[in-house]
Amino acid sequence: MTDAILRVQDIRKSFDGNGVLQGVSLDIREGEVVVIVGPSGCGKSTLLRCINGLEAIDSGEIWLRDEKISGQTKNLHLVRQKIGMVFQSYDLFPHMKVMDNLLLGPTKALNRPRQEAEAEALEMLDRVGLKEKAYVFPRTLSGGQKQRVALVRAMLMKPEILLLDEITAALDPEMVSEVLNVVIDLANSGMTMAIVTHEMRFAEAVADRVVFIEDGLIVEEAPPEVFFHAPSTERAQRFLQSFTYTSRRRP
Amino acid sequence: MDWSFILAHIPDYLGGAWVTLGFGLCGVLCSLALGLLCCLARYFRVPVLRQAAACYIELARNTPLLVQLFFLYAGLPRVGVLFSAEACAVIGLTFLGGAYMAEAFRSGLEAVEPSQAEAGACIGLTPAQNIRYVIFPQALATAVPAIFANVIFLIKETSVFSVLALMDLMNVADTLRTSGGRTVEVLFMLVAAYLLILLPISVLATVVERRLRYAGFGDQHSV
Repeated sequence: MTDAILRVQDIRKSFDGNGVLQGVSLDIREGEVVVIVGPSGCGKSTLLRCINGLEAIDSGEIWLRDEKISGQTKNLHLVRQKIGMVFQSYDLFPHMKVMDNLLLGPTKALNRPRQEAEAEALEMLDRVGLKEKAYVFPRTLSGGQKQRVALVRAMLMKPEILLLDEITAALDPEMVSEVLNVVIDLANSGMTMAIVTHEMRFAEAVADRVVFIEDGLIVEEAPPEVFFHAPSTERAQRFLQSFTYTSRRRP
Repeated sequence: MDWSFILAHIPDYLGGAWVTLGFGLCGVLCSLALGLLCCLARYFRVPVLRQAAACYIELARNTPLLVQLFFLYAGLPRVGVLFSAEACAVIGLTFLGGAYMAEAFRSGLEAVEPSQAEAGACIGLTPAQNIRYVIFPQALATAVPAIFANVIFLIKETSVFSVLALMDLMNVADTLRTSGGRTVEVLFMLVAAYLLILLPISVLATVVERRLRYAGFGDQHSV
């Protein structure tokens, strides 16, 4: 596949002899939304963290377009400017107002003029419904609002690909959809994304392709309509079963 | 209490206060710089420098300032290294204070969530930018109480400078006491002088701490 924007080739990663990723290969095309699902501890978060170098891989290669990004240490910050990432815990900078959170990357890492970046930031905040929160401190925001700011912060770097690591896992249920709708908007605007999530209905709605990982290996890869309704492997079937409940009231 | 004696000797104490405050603040500023360097060497795990910083910190914190001053003033000249009393005062205080400041900064850095550094890295900041804009401001907010405690501690430590024959507050008082014998007045003025210097610093510490708290720092609880 030559049109892949990101190529992950047979990467392995272990922590203290524990093989968390045991040879994972994954290509992501431009504009594609890949959702990665699997039981907790299966290695899906580690996969995302390896892609932008937060964890160093033991073997294998990672390519972003024509650039080999695995094994780089000196210019890791330049690679990360092209790979956005949002975490479960938002990780806004508490000592900066929302706008300063948003502008730190564009003005310091990309050296863009503040005024221009600020106008763009306001426009994007407006799009996620948070324009009036531009000049408050993060602690005054709800979890859902913080996560939307975190998404805008990542997007303002104009990344080639966006990695989302369980970004709704820490949210109260009623705040999940306000965040996920932003992600769906991003997908519709053509953003390339790799998403780790436990929200199966969201996964089905947003994914172009679902990747199911178990024990550090890709077990099944399929379009969402196939994966969620007719998964071919027994392990995927068992995983999906765990999201359904049998009613305790018998007829 | 002989108030005319007290009034007559205020100029002496003023002179001593300037010496105490001048060397104290000089030492504090140099300590902050040295402490910052040591703590950065350890934070970035700079080879050699990092181990050197760790050794220095243990050495400086586990020996009395008086001993350090003797070493500088009386020991080093024996091997041909000669410093003036003034230089010894600043070097000695910095040697002691740098270690304490390094530990204060370290406690602040350790209190910053590791995920903050990751978030900074993820928006493409270089390690230096990350520490400057993301990590250090948060660490500093946490370290402020410890830093001010060190400032007060270091200014008080200047009282051993009399061994260098510098006319700091302690030496002024000691000289007056041995020459005139009015111990009560002399010591009363000595205590008052230290309080006049240190109380404002304590108040400043409280104000700064409060400022930082209410400015939206310390938002680590609401994950």
